[in-house]
Amino acid sequence: MSYEPIKFYQTGTFTIGNRLLAPEQRTGQADMGRTNSLNSGHRACQGCGEALGARYAIDAVMRATGNQMIACNATGCLEVFSTPYPETSWQIPWIHSLFGNAAAVATGVAAAMKVKGKKDVRVIAQGGDGGTTDIGFGCLSGMFERNDDVLYICYDNQAYMNTGVQRSSATPPAARTATTMPVGPEPGNAWGQGKNVPQIAMAHGIPYVATATVADLHDLEAKVKRAMEFRGARYIHIFVPCPLGWGAASHDTIRLARLAKETGLFPVYSAEYGEVVSVSKIRQKQPVEDYLRPQRRFAHLFGKNPNVEVIARFQEMADRNIRKFGLLDDNK
Amino acid sequence: MENKQIDKPFAITLDVGSSLANKTGSWRTFRPVYLQRIPPCNNQCPAGENIQGWLFHAESGNYREAWKTLTADNPMPGVMGRVCYHTCESACNRGQLDSAVGINSVERFLGDEALKQNWQFDKPVKESGKKVLVVGAGPSGLSAAYHLRRMGHQVTIQEAGPVAGGMMRFGIPKYRLPREVLDGEIQRIVNLGVDLKLNSKVKDIQETMKAGGYDAVFLAVGAHIGKRTDIPACEGSRILDAAAVLRSMEGEDKPMLGRRVAIYGGGNTAMDVARTAKRLGAEEVVVIYRRTRDKMPAHDFEVEEALQEGVLMKWLSTIKGMESGVITVEKVALEEDGALSPTGEFETLEADSLILALGQDVELSLLENVPGMEIKNGVVHVNQHMMTGAPGIFAGGDMVPSDRTVTVAIGHGKKAARHIDAWLNGGEYVKPAKHEVATFDKLNTWYYTDAPKTVRPMLDIIRRQSTFEEVQGGLDENNALFEARRCLSCGNCFECDNCYGVCPDNAVIKLGPGKKFEFNYDYCKGCGICVEECPCGAIKMVPEQI
Repeated sequence: MSYEPIKFYQTGTFTIGNRLLAPEQRTGQADMGRTNSLNSGHRACQGCGEALGARYAIDAVMRATGNQMIACNATGCLEVFSTPYPETSWQIPWIHSLFGNAAAVATGVAAAMKVKGKKDVRVIAQGGDGGTTDIGFGCLSGMFERNDDVLYICYDNQAYMNTGVQRSSATPPAARTATTMPVGPEPGNAWGQGKNVPQIAMAHGIPYVATATVADLHDLEAKVKRAMEFRGARYIHIFVPCPLGWGAASHDTIRLARLAKETGLFPVYSAEYGEVVSVSKIRQKQPVEDYLRPQRRFAHLFGKNPNVEVIARFQEMADRNIRKFGLLDDNK
Repeated sequence: MENKQIDKPFAITLDVGSSLANKTGSWRTFRPVYLQRIPPCNNQCPAGENIQGWLFHAESGNYREAWKTLTADNPMPGVMGRVCYHTCESACNRGQLDSAVGINSVERFLGDEALKQNWQFDKPVKESGKKVLVVGAGPSGLSAAYHLRRMGHQVTIQEAGPVAGGMMRFGIPKYRLPREVLDGEIQRIVNLGVDLKLNSKVKDIQETMKAGGYDAVFLAVGAHIGKRTDIPACEGSRILDAAAVLRSMEGEDKPMLGRRVAIYGGGNTAMDVARTAKRLGAEEVVVIYRRTRDKMPAHDFEVEEALQEGVLMKWLSTIKGMESGVITVEKVALEEDGALSPTGEFETLEADSLILALGQDVELSLLENVPGMEIKNGVVHVNQHMMTGAPGIFAGGDMVPSDRTVTVAIGHGKKAARHIDAWLNGGEYVKPAKHEVATFDKLNTWYYTDAPKTVRPMLDIIRRQSTFEEVQGGLDENNALFEARRCLSCGNCFECDNCYGVCPDNAVIKLGPGKKFEFNYDYCKGCGICVEECPCGAIKMVPEQI
């Protein structure tokens, strides 16, 4: 279940709030008393999509649980920039153990809460795409399979940014990273399946799986709220652009997330018990070039002799998503 | 000695601290700042209205406040919402998105609402003790009187005619401006404490000033003498001037124009008089104009509406003469450089009367012998303070060089009032520096929902040809609110909370409803997301001074 867009002429449907809307129609981030779970002073880069996505999501969890929550964090940017010893930016109970075991730690914390009879305290695990799709994947799949009462949130910025932009199984094809240089006959990351964790999570048949981006806060908050209505394993995959790793301008973070969705490259949907229940339709369809061009990790596709073949393969990828999820409105 | 570290858990040596100790603002090379840009509509308005400002109040349904904001610049929204050529709508950024905001129709709604609710202007807070005379009760005179009165001056209007309104009454037909609207808005200005003297023509301005003890005077006598052209005409040829015809529409005896009427000229007055002739029962109304349609000074919608109502047009033609109901017309050719050359081809057409709509002159007799007064090409010369060469005598409206529209005249009234006020206080009015314009590229239009313009109802064509009922209808409250909310609020914060929401560093402080936001530069890293995601372009990045 996604949110129902508000019919409003000026703005309101897409903005964070609006003076003319009733408070319940605004996002939680418009509230002057919002939690700011991830506080100022963190060391994330300028325009960090992950810092923004984490505050959006965790604030929403705090609202849904009446501030009764514990977060378990995987190693990664989010952990490093928020907690350089002895400082912390987190204004919530928060624990970090290892890179690959966030889901397992969360399982343990959830079990401890059960033993202590604290049914109202909810448990979150969170990590980047590296800690989720690669290193922590075994623990994550186990958590799904056991249907442990944990919401796992993955902030996907498509590479290991913290250690210097190495490829992960979430890195898109052709992208330049420190380990996939734009050289040779197929420059950048190799073409392949990658690892589509939302689809894999759905295959586990867990109660709730959703994708979201930092460009649509109404949708993101509605999904977190919905996820907290279930008991059992839940998974939300949030698309968070990384200005540093992608070679993008720091002010373009939200614009790129919006373009990823509007091109069809990142389908935004939700599924319950393995079945898709909502998709966010494309509002203004854009060609994939508009998304690729502002990012220097794709610079080798443009320039004097644009690699039209590769760009066309991206377009195919987007079109396949559009067909598969029905991303275009039938009326349009 | 006590060792504090002993009390801590295993491997912990320092107390937990908040990251608030880390002032990330020091990373910044550019800083975001809130600003107000001038919306294109405000920038365009000849009356200097704060259009975005009054739409802002209308959006929340606070029509009273919207009307107050509007009338701070223009006292006649009901008139303006009907007769203004709304160049603001051509400038509106929304035009590049779907269609321009129907500013004019919302203005009319506010004007009508004010008349319905009988809203009145606030009286001046204190009296200045100065006396100002306004000559002429047309749009610029009424506007100046209104503004001067609100500034606390004692204002007298002397009007030569039997009723106030000037060209709004004698130049604009009823089907475009119903008289009860005009009367209502004039009465409201009078209620403010303006002394309106009708049937009192000023014959000698210096004498009148001295006799009345006036400290300053604003001349706004307009231009109402129809220009003539040398047309050889014999007995039985009925040649009238357009200004006189429109004026006589206000009296008891309607002008007798006959069955076939010809109009000479291509301006808005020509269209008005043609459409009036049609309504008076003329079967054949033909406008004769020496250039082509695209060269016509008349506004396109007026030409279009006239054509719809059955008015005929004869382009590239000049009138050579008129003899017992027959007009001789010569075809002219338009040269590439825009000049006209006669072709020697003649034709005739029958007409019971010929109405000349060739522009109007100013009656300047009251200014004779005023030292310093400069008159060029039949209009009065004024400096940038709207003052004539004679100290304390200001002038505006159609009698000075201008576009001669009601909106421009009303703008002149406001401008002159400010300069007169400054002059009376022994100073000079300095215009505040203009903000930069909020152009379309400053907006992030993703955030605006699609909403096409609400079209005002038009009067049925049959009724338009035979009656003087108002052609264009108004909006009701529902669609006026809809229309107001289509405003993009270009360049001015409307509290959508985007900057507050999208900052990854919580470096935007929300100050509460109506108080907007401020930046917390201790933590702002200068990423610029707030600028990029501000829908209306009310934030910009400026380099840090290092």
